[in-house]
Order: sequence, then C-alpha cells, then structure tokens
Amino acid sequence: MDNNTLLEIRNMRKSFGEKEVLKDISLTVERGEVVSIIGPSGSGKSTALRCATLLERMDGGSLIYEGHVAASDESGTITYADKQQLKKIRNYFGLVFQSFNLFPHYSVLKNITEPVVLSGRADKAEAAKWAVSLLRRLGLEDKADAYPGSLSGGQKQRVSIARALAMQPDVLFFDEPTSALDPELTGEVLRVIKTLATDHMTMVIVTHEMKFAREVSDRIIFMEHGVIHSQGTPEELFNSNDERLNAFIGKLESV
Amino acid sequence: MKISVMLEQLSSGMLVSVEIFLLTLLFSLPLGLLVTFGRRSKNRILSSAVKFYIAIMRGTPLMLQLIVVYFAPFYVFGLTINGFRFPAIIIAFSINYAAYFAEIYRGGIEAIPKGQYEAAQVLGYNRVQTFFRIIFPQVIRIILPSVTNETITLVKDTSLAFVLAQAEMFTIAKQIAAKEASVGPLMVAGVFYFVFNYVVAFIMERIEKKLNYY
Repeated sequence: MDNNTLLEIRNMRKSFGEKEVLKDISLTVERGEVVSIIGPSGSGKSTALRCATLLERMDGGSLIYEGHVAASDESGTITYADKQQLKKIRNYFGLVFQSFNLFPHYSVLKNITEPVVLSGRADKAEAAKWAVSLLRRLGLEDKADAYPGSLSGGQKQRVSIARALAMQPDVLFFDEPTSALDPELTGEVLRVIKTLATDHMTMVIVTHEMKFAREVSDRIIFMEHGVIHSQGTPEELFNSNDERLNAFIGKLESV
Repeated sequence: MKISVMLEQLSSGMLVSVEIFLLTLLFSLPLGLLVTFGRRSKNRILSSAVKFYIAIMRGTPLMLQLIVVYFAPFYVFGLTINGFRFPAIIIAFSINYAAYFAEIYRGGIEAIPKGQYEAAQVLGYNRVQTFFRIIFPQVIRIILPSVTNETITLVKDTSLAFVLAQAEMFTIAKQIAAKEASVGPLMVAGVFYFVFNYVVAFIMERIEKKLNYY
C-alpha cells in the first residue's frame, strides 16, 4: 500500500441475522479519486458505507485508513481498534447522510462550527470564519443564522456538506445524498459535489443518479447481492456487454 | 376568627407548600434523569431493578410512600431522627416524582431519530457531548408539555403532606375549618392552589415559547 491510498477495505463481510448483506467486499480508494457505488436496493451499498464509516460493525474483514488499522480479522476473529484509535481514525473521513441529520436546535453556523471547536481543530472565531467561507462557496452565505427547519431539502444537504467539509476530512462519503430530495432540488446538491470533484476532493458516493455518476466519477463500482459485480471507469461500465449491469443502468436511465 | 388572622395562619402553610414544591422539583428532575439512564442501561440487573422501582412508585399511593419513608428509619433501623418529618416528605416526594419524570424523559429520548446520534458520532462527539449537546436539548422541547402536567399535579399533591401532620397549606386549612366549623378556609386553600398553578402554567408556557425558536 502506498502513501496515496486513503482507504483500504479487504474482504468486508456483514450479516443482519440470517441475511448476509455483504459477502466479500474489497476496495481501495486513492487520494483525489472519486468513486461511485451503484446497484439495486438491497445490494448492500449503503451497508458497506456504514461499515466503512464505523456506524456498523462488520463481521469480518479489514478496514484501514491511511495505514491506520480500524479493524482487522487477520487473527481469525475481527477486532476493532481501541476507542482512542477509532476517534483518531474518524478524523480521516466525513459522511453526508441521505436524511441530512442536521442538528435542528442549532443554527446553520453552529451546526458547522461546534464539531470543529469540540475536536480542537480551531477556536470559535476561526471556526466561524471557515464556516462562513464554506457557506459562501456553497451559495448559502445568507443562511448562517437560519435554523435547519427553515431550509429547503437542497439547502439542508448543502449545509450538511459544509458541516462535513469543515472537519477537513481526507475522504468524504455520501450516502445517497439526493434520494430524500425533490427532483428539482437534486441539481443544486449534485453541482456542489461536482465542484468538489473538480477540486480533487476524495469522495465515495453511493448514488442512484446514473448520469451524475458517469460525469463525476473516476471509477464506478456496481454492487449486487452483497458483492462487487463489476467496476471500472465510467466508459468501461457504460459500454460494457454485461447483461446485469446493462439491465440495471437501462432501467434507471429510462426513468 | 378574623379573616386577617386566618390568612396569617394559612400563609405560613402556603410557605411550607411552596417549599415542598420547589425542593421536590429541585431533586426529582435530575434524579429522574439518573433513573432513566438506569432504566435504559444495558446492564440487565440494573435496568430490571430500576423498572421495579418505577413500578412501585407509580403503583402505590404517594400517601402510603410518605408514611413508609417517615417511619422507615425507626422500624427498619431502630433509629429515631429528630426533625425528620420535613426531610421525609421531601425524600418521598422526590423519589416518587423522579419515577414519573424518568418515564417522561425516556419517552423524549426515544423520540430522537437515530440519525442524530450517528451524525454526532461521525463528527467526533463523544457520548457525553452527544447526550448533553445534541440529544437532551431536543428532548426538553419534546417533553415540556408532559413536565408541565406533572408539575401542576405536584402543586396539588403537596397537600398529601398532611398525612404526616406537616403544617402545610391544606393541613392548616383543615384545622381552622374544623375549629371554626366553616368551609371558608378550605375555599381559601382552593384559591391558593389555583393561583399557584396558574403561575406555574404561565411560567411553563413562557419556557415552551422560548424553546420554540426552531
């Protein structure tokens, strides 16, 4: 593994009761890379993301961020790193949720600044400066004092992107960032993500937006039944002869 | 008896009622939070024990609990404590109301979406920060109407202290009423509880409005 590998997942496995959701997922993400994960519902893509972001415990496999082992099953059973190490590892990544999960009792500004201040990245004044410049970049400069409840879905999602960016993660995960939005609002969120891609932000995006995935990704991963069915550049995948893949892409594009 | 004398006697009782009310709130609100934590604990023994405690507190009359708490030191430990009457009342009221508040807190905590915890975790909040900065402030807003209800009940429940012959409002009103063969003092007591609760409701409404900023 070289210095540019930000994330390495080896043989990730996860079951919910009897149901094996992830069978054997291996994946590396390089610095500056934009990786999209597509696949039908129930294929395990969101679960994979949740395991990678430590929201779910995997049952087997290894999870390594920038050479720091978060979890490994090399000894036979899976062991997670201790609390301190996991806390440190959480600094490497950010996550944008499908349902935003903004803190409703905080203003937009405080949503962004409090995690920054609590983590010791900056003091209150400096954090506020970052937040304001991020909000400006995302076209929300007039919303700093607003509460999430007064924002549209698209604005909420942009705030949650700003909140994640303020923590200066090395890799940013998106879990279906536009699935909870009305169609006319998805554009503003996708545009923001595209801008980030242009700035070489490393991103892993679970999405149903095929056109977007095709435009923005360096690599697309197609998941089905808990395994990576195929992966490659957008050209490779969209020009593939694979029946299942074509069926899936065709179904979504015809909508 | 002159009205002014009656009012003077009643007013000392009022003071005691207000004291019982304020001290009970002071102790039972935080205690209720601890009880909720115990109730929600992953430790089976602890959560079962707390569940049992809540069942007893809610399932038996507060009047009986007052008597049990007051006489427990003597019958259980053979102790005679001077001036235990008032502390016993505060203890009984506090552990009783803590049980009710605990269940109100629990309802509020369970109403917070899981995503709030997940977002906090990903953003590096530890468990204590997550609870006190993210979860609890949202819980307060949810539970405030139920807390108001419980607080108003507490105002009226302070009259139960008469069972230990504590000279609170209702006890005194009853004594005067018996002595004078008049319901006047009881009516005055009724007005007192009503006005007290009117003030409580007014204050709680102000707090609710204040928390409605989002």
